[in-house]
Amino acid sequence: MPTKEIAGTSIDVNEEGFLTDRSQWNKEVATAIASDEGIEMTDAHWKVIEFIEADFAEKQAVPGMRRINKVGGIPTKELYSLFPGGPIKKAARIAGFPKPASCV
Amino acid sequence: MSDEPIKKVSIIVSKGSLEGVYPGLIMANGARMEGIEANLFFTFFGLHAVVKKKMDSLKVATVGNPALCVPDAMGFPMPTILGAIPGMSAFATMMMKKEMDKLDIPPVGEFVEMISDAGAKMYACKATVDMFHLSEDDFCPQMDGVLTVGDFYEMSAGSQIIFT
Repeated sequence: MPTKEIAGTSIDVNEEGFLTDRSQWNKEVATAIASDEGIEMTDAHWKVIEFIEADFAEKQAVPGMRRINKVGGIPTKELYSLFPGGPIKKAARIAGFPKPASCV
Repeated sequence: MSDEPIKKVSIIVSKGSLEGVYPGLIMANGARMEGIEANLFFTFFGLHAVVKKKMDSLKVATVGNPALCVPDAMGFPMPTILGAIPGMSAFATMMMKKEMDKLDIPPVGEFVEMISDAGAKMYACKATVDMFHLSEDDFCPQMDGVLTVGDFYEMSAGSQIIFT
């Protein structure tokens, strides 16, 4: 299992950079992964991460675009502008969750 | 063959049945979710997916569809002649919509809005618009314009073209 030096600690990740052990996740790790993606975390970004966290706890899956919009109350346009070029994949990686397994 | 990632797709939607429209919409949405630029081109009955009056009442085609099974997709093959019974299409449509809702696949109108919000562009085929006598008012507000086939190819420079 590859590891990656993130925010000063060694973190287990898979070959696509998704965390394999969420217990190693914290806000510093998230900020560092985001900055690797060229994203500077703001309150709006954290709101998305927090929704994914809460929804994952409930459904054991990263929510899709529609759920983030309808249940999380984050408009699709905003999600794309917060995490440009692959919003859910990026948000899931930053949030320390596996790669989303849904087509929508 | 190079392993260059796909950067841009043009997806043509040419069929107006529910199962004819969704694959193109799902592929366009999926492209945007991967950061791929996406243009949708609606032609012939595929245009119904962006016509306000039609988009939320598209139906599964039960006539001439030998793949239909009862009670569900993996059940017994349904004799094709039964597909012509009145109400069959409505029933198959209801069943399919129920399953799609479980997967959080939105109804066509909402999906078109979501894909447009995701940054994909939507175009209508000029020949079809003329043939069906449609005007701008007939289309959903997400429609970005009417294109000739030539305009479409021009806009698709550098794209993979997907016909559905």
